[in-house]
Amino acid sequence: MIKSTYAATQPGAVAISDRVHWIGALDPSLRTFDIILKTANGTTYNSYLVRGSEGMAVIDTVKEVFSETFFKRLESVADYSEIKYIVLNHLEPDHTGALPELMRRAPQARLFISQRAQSMLKALLKHDQFEFTPVMTGDTVSLGDRTLRFLNTPYLHWPDTQCTYLEEEKVLFSGDVFGCHYCDARLFNDRVGDFRFSFEYYYAHIMRPFREYVLKALKLIEPLPLSMIAPSHGPVLRDRPDQYLLHYRRLATSALDSEIGQEKSLLIFYISSYGNTARMAEAVYEAVGEIEGVRASLYDLEGGEVAPFVDLIEEADGLLFGTPTINGDAVKPVWDLLSSLAVVQTRGKLAGAFGSYGWSGEAVRMVEERLRGLKMTVPVEGLRIKLIPTDEELDACRAFGTSIGRALIGDVENRIVEMVQR
Amino acid sequence: MAKAKVTFLDTGVTVSVPVGTRVIEISEKVGAGLIYGCREGDCGTCLMKVEEGWNNLSEPSVVEEKVLRENMAGKHFRLACQAQVLGDISVRPA
Ligand SMILES: Cc1cc2nc3c(=O)[nH]c(=O)nc-3n(C[C@H](O)[C@H](O)[C@H](O)COP(=O)(O)O)c2cc1C
Ligand code: FES
Ligand SMILES: [Fe+2]
Ligand SMILES: [Fe+2]
Repeated sequence: MIKSTYAATQPGAVAISDRVHWIGALDPSLRTFDIILKTANGTTYNSYLVRGSEGMAVIDTVKEVFSETFFKRLESVADYSEIKYIVLNHLEPDHTGALPELMRRAPQARLFISQRAQSMLKALLKHDQFEFTPVMTGDTVSLGDRTLRFLNTPYLHWPDTQCTYLEEEKVLFSGDVFGCHYCDARLFNDRVGDFRFSFEYYYAHIMRPFREYVLKALKLIEPLPLSMIAPSHGPVLRDRPDQYLLHYRRLATSALDSEIGQEKSLLIFYISSYGNTARMAEAVYEAVGEIEGVRASLYDLEGGEVAPFVDLIEEADGLLFGTPTINGDAVKPVWDLLSSLAVVQTRGKLAGAFGSYGWSGEAVRMVEERLRGLKMTVPVEGLRIKLIPTDEELDACRAFGTSIGRALIGDVENRIVEMVQR
Repeated sequence: MAKAKVTFLDTGVTVSVPVGTRVIEISEKVGAGLIYGCREGDCGTCLMKVEEGWNNLSEPSVVEEKVLRENMAGKHFRLACQAQVLGDISVRPA
C-alpha cells in the first residue's frame, strides 16, 4: 500500500478507504477520447477492489492495453482465488478491456451486469462466452460483512449503465457518471489540480444528451448517504461528494427559468437570400401566434451562432426550419445547426420544414429526413413554394403554421388515410 | 390484398394498410410519433403500447421477446419495427 501523494505513479494498489483499493491505470498521453472528446492531460481508467469478510469484488476493469498495470496493482493486494464477484457498471471497452483475461485468472468469479448489458456483452466478447447474472435496482450481493447494491441508471451514457453502492462504506461506484477525463496521480479531488473544466466538459459531451435520464438517476442516488463517489474516470470524489450531485442537478436543469411556462415553445429558424423563405417564415410565425397555448419564437440563422441555438432547442417542444434550395441542397447554416444536436435530446419533439426554391426544391425533403433521423416527429408535410410567395401561397404558409401549432397542443383531428407513397 | 386499419392514437391518424406491413413503416409514412433506431429489433427505441387489437399483430420473435424483457416492457408492448399488422390495431409511442 502506498501513502505518498502521487500514489498512483507507483505500481501498487492505492487504498481509498478501509476496504476499497483503486487498481486502475493512468493514461496521461491520451488527447482524444471516443472521437468526440478532447483531453488536455489524458485520462484514468479507474477500477476498484472491495474486500469483504467472505471474498473480494472487482468493480470495472481498464482499457485492454493497460491490462498489465491493472493486474499488477490487483496482485499487490489480492489473490485471484479471493475474487468472488466482478461487477461491470458499463461495457464500453475502456472498462471491459481486461475482463476476458481477468475471467481466465479468476474463473470462479461471478459476473454481474445490468439487464440491458446482456446482449452487448455477447457482442463485445465475440470469442469468450461467460456466465453472468443480470441485476436490477435494489438487488444486492454480499461479501460477508460488506454488501454491494445495484442501481440501474440507463443511458448514462450507454443503455447498459448502472451504479454500484457499497452500503457499509457509503461508497458509490458510479461508472462514467461523475467522471471526467483528467489524469492526475494524486487521485483524490482534494489533492489533484483544477479539474473543474474537465468535469463540466465531460458532462456537456457525454451526459447532456441524456438529461432526463440524469435526473432519474439523481433521484435514485440523492437519498444515499455518501462518503465518496468513485467514478470510472478522473478524480475520486471523497471531499464533499454531495457537491457533485448538486452540480449534476444544476447542469441538468436550465440556468435561467423559461418565461414560457406552461405554453408549448415552438422555435422557427430560417435563412433567406432574397427574402422569400423569410416571408414564408413570417407568415408561419404569425399563424402560430394565433394558437392558444403555443409560444413561437423566430430566429434568422444568419444572425446567430450554433451553440446558443442548441441550448434553445434542448428546451423547445417544437422546431421548424426554413431553408431555400441552393445547388440542390439545404444551406450550410441549417446543416451546421442540424449536425450539432447530438449533445441534446431531440427525441419526440415535433418538427417540420419549409422553404422557397427555384426549380427543383430538394432542401425541404432533405431537412425533413434529417429531422426524422434525429427521432423527431414530423406531423405535417413540409411546405415548398416556388420563388416569390403569392398571397395565396402565404395563406398556405399560415395553414402550415396552424397545423403545426395544433399538433403541438395535441389538438389532433382524427383522419383516415390510405397508405400510399408520398 | 387483405387490408387492416392501424390507428396512431398520438396523432389521431387511422391508416388502411395491406396485411403484413410493419407498424414502423406506416408510422413513418404518416408522421406519427413512433421513433426508431436500428430497425432490426435490437435497440428497443421503437417500443410502442398496443391499446387495442393486441392479438392482431404477428407473434414476437425470440429476439423481440428478449429485447422486450431487457427493456422491462409490460404485457401489451411491442417493437414497431418487428410487429406486422394482421388485423385492426390502435397504438401509441411507449
Ligand atoms: C460516446 C459514445 C456514444 C455512442 N453512442 C452510440 C449510439 O447512440 N448508438 C449505437 O448504436 N452505438 C453507440 N456507440 C457505440 C459505438 O458505435 C461502438 O462502440 C462501435 O463499436 C465503435 O466503433 P469504432 O471502433 O469503429 O469507433 C457509442 C459509443 C460512444 C463511445
Ligand atoms: S428500431 Fe431498434 S428495436 Fe425497433
Ligand atoms: Fe463510457
Ligand atoms: Fe468510460
